[in-house]
Amino acid sequence: MIYLLPALSGLLCFTMLVAAVVAIGGRSMSIAILAAGLVSLVASVLFLILASPDVAMTEAAIGSGLTTFLLFFVLGRVRAGEHDGEQP
Amino acid sequence: MVNFLITLAAMIAGTAFLLALWRFFQGPSDADRVVAFDTLTVISLTGIVLVAYLEGRAIYLDVALVYALLSFLGVIVVARHLERGL
Amino acid sequence: MNTILPIVGGLLLVLGAAFLFLGGLGLVRMPDVFNRIQAGTKATTLGTLLSLAGFACLQPDWALKLFLIGLFVLFTNPLSSQVLARAAHRSGSSMSALTSIDALAKDRNEPSGEPL
Repeated sequence: MIYLLPALSGLLCFTMLVAAVVAIGGRSMSIAILAAGLVSLVASVLFLILASPDVAMTEAAIGSGLTTFLLFFVLGRVRAGEHDGEQP
Repeated sequence: MVNFLITLAAMIAGTAFLLALWRFFQGPSDADRVVAFDTLTVISLTGIVLVAYLEGRAIYLDVALVYALLSFLGVIVVARHLERGL
Repeated sequence: MNTILPIVGGLLLVLGAAFLFLGGLGLVRMPDVFNRIQAGTKATTLGTLLSLAGFACLQPDWALKLFLIGLFVLFTNPLSSQVLARAAHRSGSSMSALTSIDALAKDRNEPSGEPL
């Protein structure tokens, strides 16, 4: 029981590393945004283990929800703007 | 007895977490990775409740509610983007 | 009664973790996106509900809030599964070779259907 929280922390840190590798090395832009959101979600669980639930709640709301939504919104706008000059 | 059962359950759920993480790292298409993301967030919801039980503080369960809402929102947004753009 | 309830909670916890493990195993072993959606969403929903019931047996004071979390999971998880399957089908994900019939093949040819 004593080793349960450190083991959980190690697993979450490994998850953050894997998600960061996927965010950097992936070919798809939307998967990179999703992996960045996964980094934020796992970081919120780590903040919870560090005994700060308010920081964890803020990280989950801002880092995952708002940032993911905003980046997908901008990505849709950028992809729509690529073909503006084709049909004048 | 109860401590042994909790440790066993945490180890089994950790194995499930690693399997879903392998699918997130490996997944051939975008939809595979989104499914793995959904499974990872649902498993880590159980992890949050486990942390709340181990620390013995009921205020941590509010974080689990916010976490479930936000992960659901992320999956909906990426599914809409996969479908035809936001 | 006071000694049997934590044992029941621990057993429910192990059962829920076993269902979570089955969900993860199906996520790795299934051949297709749609089969992976079934394994990764339905099995983990049952596993999460059983785990929350186990924690409610271990800490009876938290039962109301845990019930609320379980209700929320029960509402949102099938919805995300359906939206995800719909997006995967519309974006043209390849099916397994064992799939014999696609009842929505007409919908795939018209990708811009009515909105959600």
